[in-house]
Amino acid sequence: MESSLSAPIIFFASIFTNNILLANFLGMCSFLAISRELPSAVGLGLAVTFVMTCTTALNYLVYHYLLVPFHLVHFRFIAFIIVIAAFVQLVEMVIDRYSPRLYVVLGVFLPLITVNCAILGVCLFMVIRKYNFVQSVAYGFGGGLGWMLAIAALAGIREKLKKAPIPKALEGPGISLIVAGLMALSFMAFSGMIQMG
Amino acid sequence: MMTLLLGLLALSGLCALLALLLEAANTVFADYGPCQVSINEGAKEFTVKGGGRLLSTLMDHGLFIPSACGGRGSCGLCKVKVLEGAGPILPTETPYMSEEELRNGIRLSCQVRIRRNIRIEIPEAFFLIKEYRTQVISLKPLTPFIKEVHLKLLEPSEIVFKPGQFIQFQVPEYPGSSEPVYRAYSIASPARLKTEIKLVITRVERGIATTYVHNFLKEGDEVLINGPYGDFYLRHSDRYMIMIGTGSGLAPLMSILYQMADEHIDRPCTLYFGVKSRKDLFYQDEIQELLQKLPRLRYVPVLSDPLPEDHWDGETGYVTDAVARDVTDGSQMEAYLCGNPLMINAAVKLLTAKGVTEDRIFFDKFG
Ligand SMILES: Cc1cc2nc3c(=O)[nH]c(=O)nc-3n(C[C@H](O)[C@H](O)[C@H](O)COP(=O)(O)OP(=O)(O)OC[C@H]3O[C@@H](n4cnc5c(N)ncnc54)[C@H](O)[C@@H]3O)c2cc1C
Ligand code: FES
Repeated sequence: MESSLSAPIIFFASIFTNNILLANFLGMCSFLAISRELPSAVGLGLAVTFVMTCTTALNYLVYHYLLVPFHLVHFRFIAFIIVIAAFVQLVEMVIDRYSPRLYVVLGVFLPLITVNCAILGVCLFMVIRKYNFVQSVAYGFGGGLGWMLAIAALAGIREKLKKAPIPKALEGPGISLIVAGLMALSFMAFSGMIQMG
Repeated sequence: MMTLLLGLLALSGLCALLALLLEAANTVFADYGPCQVSINEGAKEFTVKGGGRLLSTLMDHGLFIPSACGGRGSCGLCKVKVLEGAGPILPTETPYMSEEELRNGIRLSCQVRIRRNIRIEIPEAFFLIKEYRTQVISLKPLTPFIKEVHLKLLEPSEIVFKPGQFIQFQVPEYPGSSEPVYRAYSIASPARLKTEIKLVITRVERGIATTYVHNFLKEGDEVLINGPYGDFYLRHSDRYMIMIGTGSGLAPLMSILYQMADEHIDRPCTLYFGVKSRKDLFYQDEIQELLQKLPRLRYVPVLSDPLPEDHWDGETGYVTDAVARDVTDGSQMEAYLCGNPLMINAAVKLLTAKGVTEDRIFFDKFG
């Protein structure tokens, strides 16, 4: 049975109430690594959003028109990862071409989008929650924006933190994890609004 | 069984399709069109297909920039001044740059990609660096781990270098490396021999170049080298000289000693040669000959790990320990060091503590 939520609701929910990062804790490594400065965080956020939107669409097609008809759904992990990997390569080429500075800032983290579990997570949730194509794309797009919102917020907070008197032992990753935890707590407030499954 | 086959087929098809797509995208996005490279205000100009690295592009056009790591961005030697067209400085470059170099637009040419017209400036001396076609005339094991590679120059047939300098050796494609790579090797032979050079090469576990030299290179093979490079060479003064070499680090020191013998530079000098055990000592006859020609030369071999059968009663320990025992006041001394980075770092620390000023310590790190 298909999910009864409408695409706009899913879109909204995946940004705020069921933020993939703050509610599911997926995609943490790049979230912590690239959130030192706002511009690079937004850059990575845009890249993740783009990859997430496109790969949910592609993986939806791969799943429903290749894996399901041939009874190959148990191959979905491999298939999804291959599609994501190829797509990230493509994004890498585009960024290298049109924004060398962003390319340099993202450095090794760009290929890491491939292993960003948030992206695989979104693709798998789309299958588990039985979304149709439009719902899936809305979910992918919203999921990406949600991830970007979270990382941009963290980067903003971390920029402010640079001037804050933080105990020596908590500097760097320590305080970032605490902030991430507090952000997750505050996003919890939304969570009762929509049940996504 | 059927499912498995079908699965494999479907996945392979998917992979093939994606690979094809990527290949197509690559031809579109990686095409930067023709870019013009202008060197020293137009002294040399050429047009290349954009997208390549500056270092390799210059090499393709017969201009050799010193580089010891083969373009991996880890030696910091391949610096050139870029006046225009290099884009922002990369995090891979900044560790090798001083404040002043950053201000002056110095870049690591192996990290800079040519994406548009580019103007650069390089020292005139780089124009003298050439590529040489050579032939291996002999390969001689000096120790269980070190080989002497004796090369005869074919084209051009003569090389002019300062003793102490090094060349870059091109390792062609072979089963251990899918593309040609370059590695630095010091010239061990005298500069008076212009038509041939000797290299002394230590085998490195799983090393690309050294595995090639030790297992694949044969007498009669042709080899491409380019050079000479480096500012490790004899400075003219009357100061007492300390030379410290470990393993194949003896190579450039030998070349410098030959120069001193040929030019009758009779300076007080102690050569410390550090190896593990007696079987690792090489060029002992050559050193004896030099001792005859250079009356004020002293030779101190130092074994770090002598074997019982070595019956060794000479210096033991690290080579720097022997230097520490010998030298009391270094303020009037000059030092030439060559070998592995750990030794060099330790020796520089020791020598400066003994009063040798840093501008009088010259070294080539084999790292
Ligand atoms: C100016 C200069 C002059 C040099 N002259 C000489 C010379 O006369 N004779 C000579 O033998 N070498 C010399 N070297 C070192 C030489 O250029 C190569 O780095 C070395 O031969 C290893 O190359 P490779 O391709 O075999 O190993 P790579 O494929 O580059 O390295 C393989 C692995 O071994 C490690 N490795 C590399 N070098 C060493 C080492 N020395 N000891 C332990 N591990 C290592 C690397 O980190 C890597 O993990 C010189 C280097 C410089 C910078
Ligand atoms: S070639 Fe070694 S840093 Fe560029």
